[in-house]
Amino acid sequence: MRTSTRRSRRLAAIAAVAAMTAGLLAGCSKDSNDGTSDSNGGGGGKTQLTIGTFGVFGYKQAGLYDEYMKLHPNISIKENVTTRTDVYWPKTLTRLQAGSGTDDIQAIEVGNITEAVQTQADKFVDLGKDVDKSQWLPWKTAQGTTKDGKTIALGTDIGPMAICYRKDLFAKAGLETDRTKLAAQWKGDWAKYVAVGKDYMKKAPSGTKFVDSASSVYNAALGGESQRYYDKDGNVIWDKSTGVKKSWNAAMEVATSNMSAKLKQFDPTWDQGFAKGSFATVACPAWMIGYIEQKSGDSGKGKWDVAAAPTAANWGGSFIGVPTAGKHQKEAVALAKWLTAPEQQAKVFAKQASFPSTPSAYANLTPAADTTAYFSNAPITQIFGDSAKTIPVQYFGTKDQPIGTAITDVGILQVEQKGKTPAQGWDAAKAEIKDVLGQ
Amino acid sequence: MTSPKQALAQPATSADAAPGSQPGAARGAQGRGRPAQDPGSWRSRLYRWDMKASPYAFIAPFFIIFGAFGLFPLLYTAWYSLHNVQLSGLDHQTWAGLDNYKNLLSSEFFWNALENTFSIGVISTVPQLLMALGIAHLLNYRLRGSTVWRVVMLTPYATSVAAATLVFTLLYSWDGGMVNWLLHFVGVHPINWRESDWGSQFAVSSIVIWRWTGYNALIYLAAMQAIPTDLYESAALDGAGRWQQFRHVTIPMLRPTILFTVVVSTIGATQLFGEPLLFGGVSGSKGGSAHQYQTLGLYMYDQGWGIGNLGKASAIAWTMFLILLIIAAINLLITRRLRKSQ
Repeated sequence: MRTSTRRSRRLAAIAAVAAMTAGLLAGCSKDSNDGTSDSNGGGGGKTQLTIGTFGVFGYKQAGLYDEYMKLHPNISIKENVTTRTDVYWPKTLTRLQAGSGTDDIQAIEVGNITEAVQTQADKFVDLGKDVDKSQWLPWKTAQGTTKDGKTIALGTDIGPMAICYRKDLFAKAGLETDRTKLAAQWKGDWAKYVAVGKDYMKKAPSGTKFVDSASSVYNAALGGESQRYYDKDGNVIWDKSTGVKKSWNAAMEVATSNMSAKLKQFDPTWDQGFAKGSFATVACPAWMIGYIEQKSGDSGKGKWDVAAAPTAANWGGSFIGVPTAGKHQKEAVALAKWLTAPEQQAKVFAKQASFPSTPSAYANLTPAADTTAYFSNAPITQIFGDSAKTIPVQYFGTKDQPIGTAITDVGILQVEQKGKTPAQGWDAAKAEIKDVLGQ
Repeated sequence: MTSPKQALAQPATSADAAPGSQPGAARGAQGRGRPAQDPGSWRSRLYRWDMKASPYAFIAPFFIIFGAFGLFPLLYTAWYSLHNVQLSGLDHQTWAGLDNYKNLLSSEFFWNALENTFSIGVISTVPQLLMALGIAHLLNYRLRGSTVWRVVMLTPYATSVAAATLVFTLLYSWDGGMVNWLLHFVGVHPINWRESDWGSQFAVSSIVIWRWTGYNALIYLAAMQAIPTDLYESAALDGAGRWQQFRHVTIPMLRPTILFTVVVSTIGATQLFGEPLLFGGVSGSKGGSAHQYQTLGLYMYDQGWGIGNLGKASAIAWTMFLILLIIAAINLLITRRLRKSQ
């Protein structure tokens, strides 16, 4: 009999647990039901499409969502922004593989596109059939396409490079201030740019340096090299890559010659550097234009100018894809196609200066009037456009981003800020990359 | 515990056995006399169930939530740590045995992170608790507006890690930060707080100290107020000054409280994550260019979410768990010894 009481006690416990679990589950499922009905029919029978992005994409800012919703009254669009890429991408990866929680459209950064193409291709809708692929720059489409020809993501912006410089500081240092003459001085080689930096430092206005950081020079230089961290077949070649070596050497010149403000890009102190005008140049991909304008504020108005970079280079840029886990794939494909069409990319450029990946848009690009005024009426459309057309084809790998971080935030930073020698910095980066690759 | 239970069980056994032999009569007789104790009736069975099951129902939410969000992840992490798993290929796991752990033990980054966790833990916990003790002692005096002081003490704890760290990052910025600006009046050259080895650890610790000192001080204060005043009075009669009272009355009476705060702070220090991550800014999970303030928590995060090597990250998680178990065991030993000595 004692055993039976004990059993009943256990039963009761199990029943209680079961009841609680059921309650919890009911709570959950009720929630998710609400979610579905909301995106299905909530808001007056509209289909709600969600788009997951990182940072500022400019779609909302350029009014594209409102425009699309006006054109398609049955659609409502919601943007889910995650500010930091290093948070956004792991989150997106786990959701893709869980097959739930993804947005109808997901943005993919260029540093992650190869990983997406090689490991997540079956989680994305093939967009290649729905669009005219020839409207994009060929290398851009190639980056978002698998070996067997499935295009998992459409190109949004690209990051053609220029040099943004403070005309007023250049004048004080007794240097050339004209953008074409300046560009001619460093044309073709980042070493020449470093040489201008040495001239600048001879008569530098007090409290200013030539460039914000050695890492920015590295990224800019590498963006113009065809050989990066991986070869065409996906093998890691970073320590033999000529592109890496050249860019590393340029960065080392900067790091060891006291011409860098030693800031870390996208840190609060970097923002302060813009506001205080503590550096005279920064390698600026098109998407950084809006950032500079915002962070330098009124104090920098009309003082900034833009000159062509030593080499045509690309830094950054994004894609958008439609996960198969989405509930409204057809509508999402239509929206993705519309958002990445040349006309819409031109609108984003007009607002945010993110440069289109579709050459047919280049003919009639107009930057925002205040941006033009801010950068001393520099012909930024032409400068970035010229760069965009001659950017070499680059091969990315699955661990491109962590390798890049290891070189800039460990290798270069140790030389620049800890006073290590370039050889020590290189060894530190090497050890770090070994760890990244799990060797 | 067993004997009362048996005693309770016995009557039930006999009562239950009785109806078995003579069903109708027994039930009827008992039903009229003491209805609540009739073991057969629905209401009494419900009552008995209620008595026995309700406590389980009350504690169940914790165990369900712990099972779902504590135990299951813990075990699943152990499973992951024995596999090669990439963040981009969660469905392609290959068995790795103890490779991840071997890999970890031979990795300089792991030992570095362990060392940093320890050194940051020491330079943040020790001054923090000493300061908290001092502050609590001061607050324990009769003060004007004592509530205000106590609330002020708790404000740092109430601010978010992110906000606090952001402010500290700016204070410590090597170019134009307030700390270097103040140091320059004393003739100290600007220190690159984020990249220097000791400077960065000190900076991270100072954020921890700033946030938690008040919290610990309030715990000490609560314990101090429970100390009977006649102890102080008799100490004063014996001619003990403030400092002697503090040393010979307050500290011994606070011993269990101090031990509690030491344990909690040690666990907190082992899991230190938010402050160094945010202090590092962009790519903060590296903990500085030479990993000079990368703690175990950061190393795990970097392996898992930065690099995408979930198998190794899981191995780090389990190693951290084991380290915490060792700390708990050491603490248990000390507690026991202290109790014996008292």
